[in-house]
Amino acid sequence: MTDVKNLEELFQAKIDAEQKIEPKDWMPDAYRKNLIRQISQHAHSEVVGMLPEGNWITRAPSLKRKAILLAKVQDEAGHGLYLYSAVETMGTSREQTIDDLLSGKAKYSSIFNYPTLSWADIGAIGWLVDGAAIMNQVMLCRTSYGPYARAMVRICKEESFHQRQGYEIMAVLAKGSPEQKEMAQDALNRWWWPSLMMFGPTDANSPHSEQSMKWKIKRQSNDELRQTFIDRTVQQAEVIGLSIPDPDLKWNEETQHYDWGEIDWTEFNNVVAGNGPCNKERLAARNKAHNDGAWVREAALAYAAKKAKRKAA
Amino acid sequence: MSSKLLTYTLRLADDILILSQRLGEWCGHGPVLEEDIALTNRALDHLGEARNLLTYAGQVEGKGRSEDDLAYLRMERQYTNVKLVEQPNGDYAHTMVRSFLFDAYHLPLMQALTKSKDEQLAAIAGKSVKEATYHLRASSEWIIRFGDGTEESHQRAQAALEDLWTYTGELFEGDAVLEEMTSAGMAPDIASIKEAWSKTVDQVLAEATLKRPADAFMMTGGRKGLHSEHMGFILAEMQHVTRAYPGVEW
Ligand SMILES: [Fe+2]
Ligand SMILES: [Fe+2]
Repeated sequence: MTDVKNLEELFQAKIDAEQKIEPKDWMPDAYRKNLIRQISQHAHSEVVGMLPEGNWITRAPSLKRKAILLAKVQDEAGHGLYLYSAVETMGTSREQTIDDLLSGKAKYSSIFNYPTLSWADIGAIGWLVDGAAIMNQVMLCRTSYGPYARAMVRICKEESFHQRQGYEIMAVLAKGSPEQKEMAQDALNRWWWPSLMMFGPTDANSPHSEQSMKWKIKRQSNDELRQTFIDRTVQQAEVIGLSIPDPDLKWNEETQHYDWGEIDWTEFNNVVAGNGPCNKERLAARNKAHNDGAWVREAALAYAAKKAKRKAA
Repeated sequence: MSSKLLTYTLRLADDILILSQRLGEWCGHGPVLEEDIALTNRALDHLGEARNLLTYAGQVEGKGRSEDDLAYLRMERQYTNVKLVEQPNGDYAHTMVRSFLFDAYHLPLMQALTKSKDEQLAAIAGKSVKEATYHLRASSEWIIRFGDGTEESHQRAQAALEDLWTYTGELFEGDAVLEEMTSAGMAPDIASIKEAWSKTVDQVLAEATLKRPADAFMMTGGRKGLHSEHMGFILAEMQHVTRAYPGVEW
């Protein structure tokens, strides 16, 4: 008992001294569990996130936009790969992690349970969804677990690229024809509140937050990150002449932040519980890809085994 | 001559654009994450080549049409791709066999085109050779894995070959446009491309323990803008947003 207590003290001391925790280091079970949950959720979000955007690849309205979107969705697949590898460093296989997604046991970011209904949604996702993700991910570049922090450094560079490209799509639409501007505003209207929900419950209602801060997995609270995002994004919307769909939004001289309205937490809880507009479709699409691909993966394994056997013979 | 060059360039562009469009449908639905990335890469490379060719076709035509005008504002009858590339993705064996049959043609074509007397075509081909080499290697590897993998993968690959073989004749069709381009030294002799293609196909299928289908009836028509019924849907999907808001920037 004293041993574990000592180990825990050493572990916390290391974290307090801003040293990274590496896969071979001793770590409390709860730290490991917490990270496996968080990193695998993050990995699943990258992969499920390919679906709403992939939905527009065949319909992108110019070849340049099509190329940019293809490259973006490909980046997200790459992020999924890095993150599944980071989970593997904690002793959980990629198969197991993916099985948990396919069975519906594991969660992914609820934002991807909303549908992409127009081309402007591709702009809105890049601008708002990648934009919100960056807030989290910049913080995670300094997270206490080494492999996660390093994966985040690579990912962050690409995410900020995505955010700029998305914002550019919106800027072009906003200064385009009246129909294009309407398309952009409609996308902002639909994606604004779900984007704010991406930061998770309020600090008062966030069950994992306090421990995560102590372990320096997280370094800023949900509410702090959300506020930074709002302050930044409101100004970006103003620049391109779109309006944020929140009647309570106004600048507060005293706090030097925007005050804003109330998130519809009933909607949030509903989508998390599986009742969002596309939860079923997203999971069905992942399962179909996995099942349809089974014979492909088997063939690759069988061939590799034959080849190894022939080499040995 | 410039109308022959335009026709020829558009054929090259349409093949690769429509194949890219088909491959893009896979994005997010691949059999394993690494393949999702590889397929998207393939789609991106093809799209890049198509954009170069379409831009050049617009310049040759001299009417101020951009890559997007040519991609988004032509109808089925104006598209001159081979029917092979418009065939549906089907299972992964169909997708990979379709790409393999195309790659085995595309690589020697691009290699030969680097020697074209048309400097622009030579330059565009020069940019594509490295990618085309990689594509052919990757699709060949899959054909071998499928053929020599499991019984199921062998059967699926053989079935895909049988289904798609009828579309391979079109890759090597000659006509007045091609003849004139070839005699002007701007396009390679198609017979030599067919020879290279046939050799690659035989080698890869042998290693894959797959059977080369007999040359029975070969489909035709794509080069004249006579397509399968799939083509209208491909273009409807690809073009609908652009056509719904004419003349705007994206
Ligand atoms: Fe990402
Ligand atoms: Fe991203």
